[in-house]
Amino acid sequence: MGGYGDIKLLREDGLRLDGRKIDEMRPVSIEVGILPAADGSAMVTQGLNVAVAAVYGPMEAHPRKIQRQDRAVIDVRYNMAPFSTSDRIRPGYNRRSREISKVTAEALESVVLVERFPRSKIRVEIEILAAEAGTRCAGLTAAAMALADAGIPMRDLIVGVASGKVENIVVLDLDKAEDNYGQADLPVGILPNTGEIAFLQMDGDLSPEEFDLAMEYNFKAAGEIHEIMVEALKKKYEGGEN
Amino acid sequence: MSQGQNDAELRLVTPGMAIGPSAGKRIGSGAIAHNDEIIATKLGWAREFNSTVSVDPINSSYIPRSGDLIVATVAEVRNNLWFMNINGSFQGLLPMSLAPWKVEFGAAREHMGIGDVALARVQEVDECHNVVLTMKGIGLRRLNQGALLTIPVNHIDRIKGVENSRLERLKSASDCRIIVGQNGKIWVDGDAKGIDWAREAINIAQKSGHKSTFDAEMSAHENNAPNRGDE
Repeated sequence: MGGYGDIKLLREDGLRLDGRKIDEMRPVSIEVGILPAADGSAMVTQGLNVAVAAVYGPMEAHPRKIQRQDRAVIDVRYNMAPFSTSDRIRPGYNRRSREISKVTAEALESVVLVERFPRSKIRVEIEILAAEAGTRCAGLTAAAMALADAGIPMRDLIVGVASGKVENIVVLDLDKAEDNYGQADLPVGILPNTGEIAFLQMDGDLSPEEFDLAMEYNFKAAGEIHEIMVEALKKKYEGGEN
Repeated sequence: MSQGQNDAELRLVTPGMAIGPSAGKRIGSGAIAHNDEIIATKLGWAREFNSTVSVDPINSSYIPRSGDLIVATVAEVRNNLWFMNINGSFQGLLPMSLAPWKVEFGAAREHMGIGDVALARVQEVDECHNVVLTMKGIGLRRLNQGALLTIPVNHIDRIKGVENSRLERLKSASDCRIIVGQNGKIWVDGDAKGIDWAREAINIAQKSGHKSTFDAEMSAHENNAPNRGDE
């Protein structure tokens, strides 16, 4: 990800190609409880990304060799639908989906109170129905929402958000062109209430100052997305009162 | 609303949300203490009662506890025990020594096969979630007929009402035998009309059990009970 020479990703007026400011994220909408058969589910739309997550469990972990006597294991399967991009994606697990499943599981394990469910498994399925860069972040947010919807105890939600660098300028929430032709990408999983970081990856190079600015953008966006998450959870149960 | 709390103390919280300072409070279910604050761990209604702060979850799985009366389904049969689906994370184990019949080794299938439903009690749960069930006790038996329905575990108290008052009304209005298992499984037996009516009542609890409109919806449904005119 070293940039692609003369490809212009910023307009002369300083805005990005889709008209956003450099610290503006794509519109986000979230809905929970969309899959009646699942214990918990959520759909996150971020720009043109559509991520659906379903949670099943906690259930007895099978095969037994994956069981942990003192805690639950979180089994995440991230998958991009064949029709999620203009180039058909070959169905099935691949290196990228395996990697994203692993980092997502590790991020979720840091917030779920896994010690409450020894020998159990919590199954999280993330399906990307439409992709336009940043699907691992949308998928992580959807998974956290689905876990909350399923009533799995968690010490915080997780917000997936990314910043990056295009034309030597740090920008928030890369779209497809910026992701493909930009200079760096910094996806982060943030715990919005505690400010902790559950996962962080970096592709490309950022100077320490650029990194700090990218993280500042990420935390700002995480706060905004967290508000949308809370509203979505409350909306499903609005009018509710025991 | 429970006694000892007011409207200000009842609010919808999401995981990670601070409920209040932890000083002088006891931490109940659905909450943890972190940095002198009480943090919600589940989506639900935060409550404070007798200085104990807890969260009543909107959605929850069944966590078996010793003594629970449950409606379980046979999932697997071995020569000397049954594995029962208890609507929880793990299957329950019913050894032939805790069955209500005298069972010869290898003859467990003659008494209950896969898919059969039984009323059982949780005998023991260990720290590794091994659940042992018993069918030795008054009223514990195989349920041979009727319908098996499901509601969210956290709505069981709603369908039962205060001191089982609503459940008794449902039983008399539908003219059905109804057993509400603490695992969210409900067994209903009676005539088809009564079962249909009870099924509809349980659907209301499933959809609106967490809403303030639940009592009104349930009262309206009770007015359409098949047995109402006979009372």
